[in-house]
Amino acid sequence: MNVTEASFTSNFWNLWIIVLTVANILACWWLIRWTSKPRPGESETGETTGHKWDETLAEYNNPLPRWWLWLFYLTIWFSMVYLALYPGLGTYRGLLNWTQVGEYEQEVKTADEKFGPLFAKFAATPVAQLATDPDALKVGERLFINYCAGCHGSDAGGVPGFPNLRDGDWLYGGEPEMILTSILDGRTGAMPPWGAILGDKGVDEVTAYVVTLSGRQADETLASAGKTAFASYCVACHGDDGKGKTEMGAPNLTDSIWLYGGSPGVIRQSIMNGRNGKMPSHRDFLGEDKAHLLATYVYSLSLK
Amino acid sequence: MQHSPTAAKTPAASPEAEDNEEVLYAKHAKVYPREVEGIFANLRLLGVTVLLGLFYGIAWLPWDGRQAVLLDLPARKFYIFGLTFWPQDFFFFAWLLVIAALSLFFFTALAGRLWCGYACPQTVWTELFLWIERKVEGTRNQQIKRDKAGLTTAKFRVKAVKHTLWLALSLYTGFTFVGYFTPIRELSISMTQFSLGPWETFWVLFYGFATYGNAGWLREQVCIYMCPYARFQSAMFDNDTLVISYDSDRGDPRGSRKRGVDPVSAGLGDCVDCTLCVQVCPTGIDIRDGLQYQCIGCAACIDACDQVMDKMEYPHGLIRYTTENTMAGLHTHLLRPRIIMYMIVLAALTFGLVYEISQRIPLELDIIRDRNSLYRETPQGLVENVYTLKLINMGEQTQSFRLSVSGLEGMELSLDSPIIEIPSGEVRSLPISARVDPVVLDRTSNTIEFTLQAVDDPNLSRTETARFLGPVTR
Repeated sequence: MNVTEASFTSNFWNLWIIVLTVANILACWWLIRWTSKPRPGESETGETTGHKWDETLAEYNNPLPRWWLWLFYLTIWFSMVYLALYPGLGTYRGLLNWTQVGEYEQEVKTADEKFGPLFAKFAATPVAQLATDPDALKVGERLFINYCAGCHGSDAGGVPGFPNLRDGDWLYGGEPEMILTSILDGRTGAMPPWGAILGDKGVDEVTAYVVTLSGRQADETLASAGKTAFASYCVACHGDDGKGKTEMGAPNLTDSIWLYGGSPGVIRQSIMNGRNGKMPSHRDFLGEDKAHLLATYVYSLSLK
Repeated sequence: MQHSPTAAKTPAASPEAEDNEEVLYAKHAKVYPREVEGIFANLRLLGVTVLLGLFYGIAWLPWDGRQAVLLDLPARKFYIFGLTFWPQDFFFFAWLLVIAALSLFFFTALAGRLWCGYACPQTVWTELFLWIERKVEGTRNQQIKRDKAGLTTAKFRVKAVKHTLWLALSLYTGFTFVGYFTPIRELSISMTQFSLGPWETFWVLFYGFATYGNAGWLREQVCIYMCPYARFQSAMFDNDTLVISYDSDRGDPRGSRKRGVDPVSAGLGDCVDCTLCVQVCPTGIDIRDGLQYQCIGCAACIDACDQVMDKMEYPHGLIRYTTENTMAGLHTHLLRPRIIMYMIVLAALTFGLVYEISQRIPLELDIIRDRNSLYRETPQGLVENVYTLKLINMGEQTQSFRLSVSGLEGMELSLDSPIIEIPSGEVRSLPISARVDPVVLDRTSNTIEFTLQAVDDPNLSRTETARFLGPVTR
């Protein structure tokens, strides 16, 4: 029993399970002994039991074979050996130290040994070169459907909040190394909330200016006021021209691609409350070789 | 069902048993079935030879560069001669099991335990083991005498030879069985090089041990104590079912007599009470006690009794296949509604299975709609839904297929080329988006149909429906 368990629970349930298990085994043993002796009032061996089915079908009270009785005792022996080897008696871990997690890890290890060399072979080729290898892309596609499609979609087309990976527009840069870094180490795209600083009116103004950046019409008074605020608060990340900076993961605001949505209302929401985008790190989870294949696949999508 | 109440009887516990337990749990008394010759023994020999020949032989049969019958569990592909089945075809297997169960009902209603007496693996392997036992240990009487005597070198040698032969045959049986699941030629090579995998070793030993234990030691006890079919067969019997019966009207009173003595004047029936019918019985019962659940319908007692009748110059059939109705002096209808119904259903199901398999399309199309979004709009204003298609070519050849979609006007798929080549036996995952101008959507949830059709064979085609979600424009 480890410290965490001990500090949260008493020893009662541990003992309870042990007592129940042992008592049940003993009860089984007693039951076999008890029922293997004839009792008064029972029909004798060789006589019919007295029951009749379908008018004439009778059954003799015949003995079971001896080895049948041994099978019952065998199950008791089996359970005792099992309980000694495997966890079953309360928190007792068993002599084999078997755990489900251990079993899982063992299977992952076996799979890694089997498929590892295959991934390693592909990992030796640079991404840009590997992106023309149809076999590598096939493997990459399967990995993508397994690990990435949940957020980015099976076709890598993205959904609001999770970027489209096939449109050639990149938050952190579309070079193979950048893609690989995004997969291995993850990304945190933090847009701070500006509502408290700009106030409602300020947010409306900046919204109007941002709408005009992508070539749309907005209230000119609001937009020109917003331009001033943009120059002092937003340019640090989104740049003087609003085209974004890949070092910060700050999106380009002048095109028609919007991570969270491009309607004036949603833009206003983004400015007011901020946004927190999170691409998790996959270095420990997938390993570099699989990430290499994924980067190759994602890179190949932008070449189409 | 009118089974005689004198029916069920197992070898009773010895009455002088001291230990109380022995009253309820009897020590096993070995049954020594005497060798028998005759028409039914020959039928069984035929059954044993054909069935064991098929079992040991088919495993080695090649077909188109592979094993003819191979159940490849890791790859989930089941090769049966020219056909390759996938887990998706499990339906056919269930169908086959229904046919098997129905034919069991049919044959049981018609002639009792035909399966048990001539075709059951338990009977078939036991016959083979008995044959070895007789070759090594001699006749029934010699076996009984040897088992009663103390252990001598000669006895030990005979027993050792028998068990060695049994074990060798059992291991070969286990090996053959595993050979249906992992290619038997490779298996035999790794077996000779002692490089079997742990699971292969386990299953060879497991099935080898099961064969040795069941056919060598347990024998009739499997039928009496373990087999559920033995117990529920009475539900399929009726008074017109052919069963093996002793004709007590003709046979009783029993008694020995000299050849040529007129039984009627001696006050005897035709049964000379030679007990040969009991000696040949593989389950150790006396058929003269009436129909019993232990009787596996092997008809060894018929063969034995007919031989005796020949010697006594009496007519055959003191023990014979007959029905309860005939025995009671009533008319027997072999072709009765139950049998006719079974025949019709069995024929229909068998025909249906053969037809369905012949019409089977070795192509599978599964559509999984992406769960991370309902729909999205492209910069061009089209509405897009994303799917992962699983395309499975279950055929023997590489095929080119054309993928198309219908159901909404002007819908297009994000495909470089609508022609997709899939090698034999490959499962292709195809992420795909379907786009349409939202003006054609008159409801938010629409049914569309994906069709996958072989380029050079229009019959090789699958169509599956899918949901397409989008906004309604008004």
